[in-house]
Amino acid sequence: MNTHLDGNVLAGALRELFTVDITTAIGQCVACGTTGAMGQAIVYADAPGLIARCPACDEVVLRLVRSSDRAWLDLRGVSYLQLELPA
Amino acid sequence: MARAAVLGRLTWQVATVAAVREETATARTIVLDLPGWPGHQAGQHVDVRLTAPDGYSAQRSYSIASPPGGAPGGAAGAATLELTVQRLADGEVSPYLADVLEPGDPLELRGPIGGWFVWNPTSGGPVLLVAGGSGVVPLMAMIRTRAVSGSHAPFRLVYSVREPGTALYAGELADLATADAGLDVTYVYTRTTPPGWPTPAGRISAGILTAGQAARPDLAVFVCGPTGFVETAADLLVDAGYQPSAIKTERFGPSGGQQ
Amino acid sequence: MGIVSRGFGGRRRGGDEKLPPGQYLVTDFPVLSAGPTPRVNLDSWELRIRTETGPSRSWDWAAFQALPHEDITVDLHCVTKWSKLGTTWRGVSLDTLLDGLETTAEFALARSYGGYTTNLPLADLRDGQAWIAFSYGSEDLEPEHGGPARLLVPHLYLWKSAKWVQGIDLLQADNPGFWESLGYHNYGDPWREQRYWGD
Repeated sequence: MNTHLDGNVLAGALRELFTVDITTAIGQCVACGTTGAMGQAIVYADAPGLIARCPACDEVVLRLVRSSDRAWLDLRGVSYLQLELPA
Repeated sequence: MARAAVLGRLTWQVATVAAVREETATARTIVLDLPGWPGHQAGQHVDVRLTAPDGYSAQRSYSIASPPGGAPGGAAGAATLELTVQRLADGEVSPYLADVLEPGDPLELRGPIGGWFVWNPTSGGPVLLVAGGSGVVPLMAMIRTRAVSGSHAPFRLVYSVREPGTALYAGELADLATADAGLDVTYVYTRTTPPGWPTPAGRISAGILTAGQAARPDLAVFVCGPTGFVETAADLLVDAGYQPSAIKTERFGPSGGQQ
Repeated sequence: MGIVSRGFGGRRRGGDEKLPPGQYLVTDFPVLSAGPTPRVNLDSWELRIRTETGPSRSWDWAAFQALPHEDITVDLHCVTKWSKLGTTWRGVSLDTLLDGLETTAEFALARSYGGYTTNLPLADLRDGQAWIAFSYGSEDLEPEHGGPARLLVPHLYLWKSAKWVQGIDLLQADNPGFWESLGYHNYGDPWREQRYWGD
């Protein structure tokens, strides 16, 4: 059984790092070029870290590891993130 | 040139349990007071953290059940929010929230979290809400928000439960649907139906989800529940011609979730 | 540390078992994954060990099953803090697979179907410390736990025991794998609690 979740799961972890909500950000998958809201990413949250994958091609778009005092974020899987700023 | 303040980074806050309310035999609502709560949108959640005396901690996410502006019936602007927690027998956090927590206790949480799986009254278009079990919680926040805001956006809730008695908010949903023709509630019973139910027990189908209607281009769909349920419902809708980009999903995970 | 929650103890408790620091005992077998479970067809399954100079050796499923194998009982320690003691496996020792292979490489990179990688010193694969396991608890290894075959290196944190193992590359230079390149400790000794960089 696929135990993946939605991009909503990214929201809390990334709000520890960013001051804007990442789930409404639009990203472009480096592997296949598909764009979409990060909220639609397929997220594996059981791992020793958070892995978000492109819903179209399953390649990794984002990785996050968090210890008690540090976080590591890999965004190489998106060619850009388009974030909404408060008006 | 002036801009609204940028959101701060998410930090843990301590709420106080104001009241608890049994919803069903296995679920209860926790009413929380949190002065300084910045408000939230329907569909957002909070992360709850429990810490043992030796420092061990466990964290889970819970959808906010109350509409923005306080709980239904609460004072406008009241700094309260409500969470509805389903007790999972082998859960680590939910038995504590459902059985041990009592009024006066502190509860550490952070939020509100999530900007994608949300509904605001500024959206006037029709909405289809599809709930599996405790997945109804964030959708109930949307329904309550619609009620307090006076929105006339047509709402339809398809709520799949195992048997009568396990459905959350049944009385409130019945009252709201009776009072407002713009809210339609359809139950799907997967194991045992109520007496006199016109159809045998069974899972959701495309027919029930679409009610025989093609999707309007401005329709927004929110699906929430255990992973298997959400995937089934989303697949049925897409196969029926609904746009994948119009469907927002919140999977709770294979166990049906909140633990 | 957060505020203490009255009456909360949490699920874990180790009892008297000797566990590495920061670990707690579980009796189930949690499944952690970074992606969808690969479905590997035994007809096309191949395990390949590549040397740093180019030559490699490989086994298809039949050839692999024909190798001498061992029944072992080992403890598992996951970096997410759970430990499971006394797990039983059947597998082929890396000593068997590496036997006679010419190499001066000091490092290894294990590669999995699905793209996962993890690195470790070649010395940690030798001398009865590592197996390619294909059976857990007297049953065929299930896909969610890494079947048809996974690497098993119990003296390191479990992320080093690559599921759905496809190959091992022997390298002159260390090449951090999937988690090692994003904060997880390059070596990962549970007894020294080497979870993250700098630990």
